[in-house]
Amino acid sequence: MKSPEPTPLIRLRGITKTFGEGSAAFQALKGVDLDVAKGEFVAIMGPSGSGKSTAMNIIGCLDSPSSGTYEYHGTHVEKLSRRQRALLRRNFLGFVFQGFNLLARTSALENVELPLIYRGASTSERHSAGRAALEQVGLAGWEDHTPAELSGGQQQRVALARAIITQPSVLLADEPTGNLDSRTSREVMDLIAALNRDHGITVLMVTHEPDMADYARRIVRFVDGQVESDHRRQENG
Amino acid sequence: MLWNTLILALRAIHRNLMRSLLTMLGVVIGVAAVITMVTLGNGATLSVTRQIASMGSNLIIVIPGQGFGPGAGAAPNFKSADAEAIRNQIGTIDLVAPATAKAVTAVYQASNWNTRVTGTTNDYFQAGNWELAAGRTFSETEERAGKTVCVLGESVRNKLFGQGNPVGAEIRIKQFACEVIGLLKAKGQSAMGQDQDDAIVMPLRTVQRRLTGSQDVNQITATARAGASIESTKVALTALMRERRNISDTEEDNFRVMDTRQIAETLTGTTRILTMLLGMVAAVSLLVGGIGIMNIMLVSVTERTREIGIRLAIGALEGEVLLQFLIEAVVLSSLGGLVGIVVAAAGSVVIAGIMGIPYVFEPTINLLSFVFSSAIGVIFGYFPARRAARLDPIEALRHE
Repeated sequence: MKSPEPTPLIRLRGITKTFGEGSAAFQALKGVDLDVAKGEFVAIMGPSGSGKSTAMNIIGCLDSPSSGTYEYHGTHVEKLSRRQRALLRRNFLGFVFQGFNLLARTSALENVELPLIYRGASTSERHSAGRAALEQVGLAGWEDHTPAELSGGQQQRVALARAIITQPSVLLADEPTGNLDSRTSREVMDLIAALNRDHGITVLMVTHEPDMADYARRIVRFVDGQVESDHRRQENG
Repeated sequence: MLWNTLILALRAIHRNLMRSLLTMLGVVIGVAAVITMVTLGNGATLSVTRQIASMGSNLIIVIPGQGFGPGAGAAPNFKSADAEAIRNQIGTIDLVAPATAKAVTAVYQASNWNTRVTGTTNDYFQAGNWELAAGRTFSETEERAGKTVCVLGESVRNKLFGQGNPVGAEIRIKQFACEVIGLLKAKGQSAMGQDQDDAIVMPLRTVQRRLTGSQDVNQITATARAGASIESTKVALTALMRERRNISDTEEDNFRVMDTRQIAETLTGTTRILTMLLGMVAAVSLLVGGIGIMNIMLVSVTERTREIGIRLAIGALEGEVLLQFLIEAVVLSSLGGLVGIVVAAAGSVVIAGIMGIPYVFEPTINLLSFVFSSAIGVIFGYFPARRAARLDPIEALRHE
C-alpha cells in the first residue's frame, strides 16, 4: 500500500474494537490499517456487520479503539481524554448522518448555527455564517423552516450546512443518502463532491450504494472487521 | 460559554413551552402557598397582638367558672358587692369595672338593631382603653340612680344613625327610652373576631334593674396600679374571691383570674402554631413542585437523548451539556419562584382584606422561598443533567 503523501492526515494502525465481555464479546474490528491523506474522497463500503461504521465512529472520535493507534494530524487520538476528543470533533470534524439528526422544532438557521454556539461565536457571526452555509447548500430563504417543514433532501442539506459551518478539515458522512430517493441522493452527493473538490475538505463516507461510491476517488471495502480491498480510481476513470 | 449555553437553555425551554409552563406551575403553587400562609399567619398574629395591646397591659379579668367549656356556666355569677370588696380590700387594685351583659334590640325611629347592652361603671372605659369620639361618660348621679343613659359603639351608631351625631337623641331599648350621652371611638375586631364596636354601654345599676332583674355580674375587669406586681395582685384577688364564694381549701376555684399577658400568650400561641402548621403543609407542596421539576428533567433527558447525542457529536463538551440542562432547571424554578412571589403578594393582600387582618410584607420568607425554589432547580436538575452529559454519543444517536 502506497501513500501519496509522506504524512497522512489520518493514520490507523492495528485498530481493534471489541464490544461486550467474556463469552458475549464481539470483535467488530480485527486489526485495521488505513491511511487517509488530506483532500481525499474515500468511500467505505462493505456488508452489514463488516465494521465499517465502527471504524467510522473511531475516526470521528465518537468511539475509542480497544487497541491499536489512531493518529490524527500527528496526534495520538487513542490517548486523548473524552473532553479532548470532543474538542477535536468540535474544531476539525464535521458529521452527516443517515437520519439527518437535526434538532426538532428548531429552525434551519438555528440548527446550522449550533456548532458555532459551542465554539463561542458571537450572534452576528453565527447568523452570517449560518446564512452563508445554507446558501452554499442551496437553501437560501429556508432559514426559518423547521425540519418538519423540509423534505428529506432539504433536511440532509441543512445537516450538511451544519457540518461545514465550522470549516472542518474532515467531513464524515455515515450513509448520507440512505434515507433519500435517487434524485435527491445525487443532489446531496454533488454537494459533497463539490465541497471536496472546491474547498479541499477530506471526505470519508460510509455507503453501500455503488452509485454513491462512484463519486469517491478511492473505495475501501470492509469485510469481517478487516480491510479487504483498497482501490484508487484513475482520474480519467 | 455561559452566555451561549444560556441561549441554548432558553431555546430549549421555548421549544417545549407547554411542558415548561406546567413544570413551573408546580413551583409557582408551592412558593405562593408557603408565602401566602406565612404572610397571613403573621398578619393574624399581628392583629391579635394589636388587639391585646388595645386592651391595656395591666388588665386583670375575673370570670365565673373554669374555662370556656361545658359546665362553665354552672358556677354562680358574681355580685356587685364582690366588685366593691375587690376595690376596698386589695391595695394594689386601681380600677374595678363589674359588668353584666344582655342581648337586646335597640330602636331609633324606623331603624332597629340587635346588639348587646353592657352594664358597667365608668372604670370600664378607662380599663378597656375606650376613648370617646363625642359626648361624655356617666355622671356619678347617673350611675348611682341607675339613670337610662347610654354610650354607643361605632357600629351601633352606624346602624341607627348612619353618620349622624347620636348624642342627645333618645333610643328605645325594650320598654324604656334611653338618652344617648356619648359615642365611643371605633376599635375594630377583637382578638376573637368579634366586633367590639357593636355595643351599647349603660350604668350597671340601670341594666340590673331594667334588663337582667338581678344583682349578678358576669365579669369583673380590674387594673393593677402602675408598678404593682400583677402576679401578687392576682394571688390576693384569688384568695379574696375564694373567701367570698365560700370555697373550702379542698375545692377547686369556680372562677378564673386572667391577665392580659396570659390572654395574649394563649391567642398568639394559637395563631403561631396554626401558621407553622399551614406553612409546613405549604412547604410540602413546594417539595412536590420540586419533585415535579426533577421528574420533568428526567423525562426530558430520556426524550431528548438523541438531541444530546447530536450535540455531543458536533462538539459539545460534557460540561456544556450539563450546564445547559442545569440552566434550564434553574430558569424554570427561579421563574416559577418569582411568579409565585407575585401571586402570593396579590393573594395575600386580597385574603388579608377579606379576613380583616393587616397585610405584612415579610422579605425573609419571600427571599427564603425564592432561594429554596432555585436550589430545588439546581439539586433536582443536577442529576438528570449529569446523566445526560455522560451519555455515550453513539448510544445517544442510536436512541429513537
